Amino acid sequence: MTGILPQRAAATALLLVGLLACWQALFAFAGTNALTSPLDTIAYAAQLLGTASFYPHLIETAKAFCIALGFALALGFFIGFTLGLHRFSGEVGEPVLVALYSIPKITLYPIVLLAFGIGMPAKVAFGALHGVVPIAIFTLAAVRSLNPVYLKAARMMRLAPWQITSRVLLPAAIPEIFTGVRIGFSLTLIGTLLGEMFASQRGIGFLLIQGIGLHNIKLIMALTLMLVVIAVAASAILLSVDRRLRR
Amino acid sequence: MTPGRVRFALAIGVVLLLEGLVRFGFINRFAMIPPSEMLWDLGSLLLDGGIWPAIEKTLTDVFLACAAAVVVGVVLGTLIHRWRLLRDALDPLFGAYYAIPVYAFYPLFIVIFGLGDVPQVLIGFMLGLVAVIVNTFSGLDRVPSVLVKTARIHRLGPVVTALRVSLPFAAPYIFTGVKLAVAYSFIGVIGAELIMSRTGLGYEIGYAYNNFDNAVMYPLIVFVLAVAGSVNAVFFMWEKKLLARRRR
Repeated sequence: MTGILPQRAAATALLLVGLLACWQALFAFAGTNALTSPLDTIAYAAQLLGTASFYPHLIETAKAFCIALGFALALGFFIGFTLGLHRFSGEVGEPVLVALYSIPKITLYPIVLLAFGIGMPAKVAFGALHGVVPIAIFTLAAVRSLNPVYLKAARMMRLAPWQITSRVLLPAAIPEIFTGVRIGFSLTLIGTLLGEMFASQRGIGFLLIQGIGLHNIKLIMALTLMLVVIAVAASAILLSVDRRLRR
Repeated sequence: MTPGRVRFALAIGVVLLLEGLVRFGFINRFAMIPPSEMLWDLGSLLLDGGIWPAIEKTLTDVFLACAAAVVVGVVLGTLIHRWRLLRDALDPLFGAYYAIPVYAFYPLFIVIFGLGDVPQVLIGFMLGLVAVIVNTFSGLDRVPSVLVKTARIHRLGPVVTALRVSLPFAAPYIFTGVKLAVAYSFIGVIGAELIMSRTGLGYEIGYAYNNFDNAVMYPLIVFVLAVAGSVNAVFFMWEKKLLARRRR
């Protein structure tokens, strides 16, 4: 075990240095009209984090994302368990889910807006819409591939359906399900941000669109950097939990 | 009843339900038009011809993004796979890649490349690229060492080995990446067009939405979903056919 962790850390450090070098080179090539240098961007991001007027936007996005993720998880689990436990429903539903996964859901945005109006509900709905499908697909696959003996034993012990789900199925399927949750997490974030980009008066996505309109490169770069750092950090944590669950 | 028939019946049921809900006023016509009208309006839009440049532009961009993602992805995947250190360094990036909201880079691309087709193609390309690379890896990882050794005995160079031995073996895995790249190119290009652009189907949908022009918006949404859905379905069936031939 020793030696693997430092090696991985070294590889990650190498990657970071490489990315920063590419960024700096791009900056030298494209100039200040197109993008800002790594150092300036980090400085401006720090400055943004120091301004009080930035926090309402951050909190708005965080709130929308959390609610959306809650809906995506609840709905995804419900669909996944229902279709996973009933073989025929699963056979009918799975291709539909896969098709839903691969269509550009972004085109549905106008419909979501017409249904929910501009503001928080639309953002939440759009985030959840993106996140729910992978969670449902992975949950469905996980539940279906469970050892049927578990289910038979649970039924023999006369457990109630909710007990079967919470005590037997969920613990047994959790590693697979968690992979779906990880993907759903990222897609919900993307969906929420997209929602904010189109029709919203607050949030990180709104600031991004405003940045394009005002040609505020500093703002765009700093926000993009923040988003990437948050997304990669969250994904790294989820990935390590994922690996631990699979052991 | 086979699952396929049930699915078909369900789809018909949902469409009829929507038709009824709108016709009898349970859903405001301001919010949605009946599905039959969507199809009718789509027909007249396509016959009218004004929409074809946008369709052509979007499909060209999707094709360019997808083709570039597949070609660059397979080449990069093969190269990186040969170089252990680079792969170790890039693995964390690939693992976290799809958590990065790629659209966040779109404003940046517009600033750098201007508001033409390039930023949109680039977004589609970026979304698809890593899926192809990762799946190329997983295919190349599975090439039996016997094949590699045989290639070495025949004194094949690295390029010929890749083209004649390892890539053909990895093809089914790479195909999974290609399928994802197709889906992601559609998502990337049309999404970028919706956020900001001057032409294309995404732009037309956004424009119709802003003008409350449901008679254009809904038919176009149906069109995009139908085209993306059938392209994905064609690739799905093609893959099934290839796999069936391989198993024989």
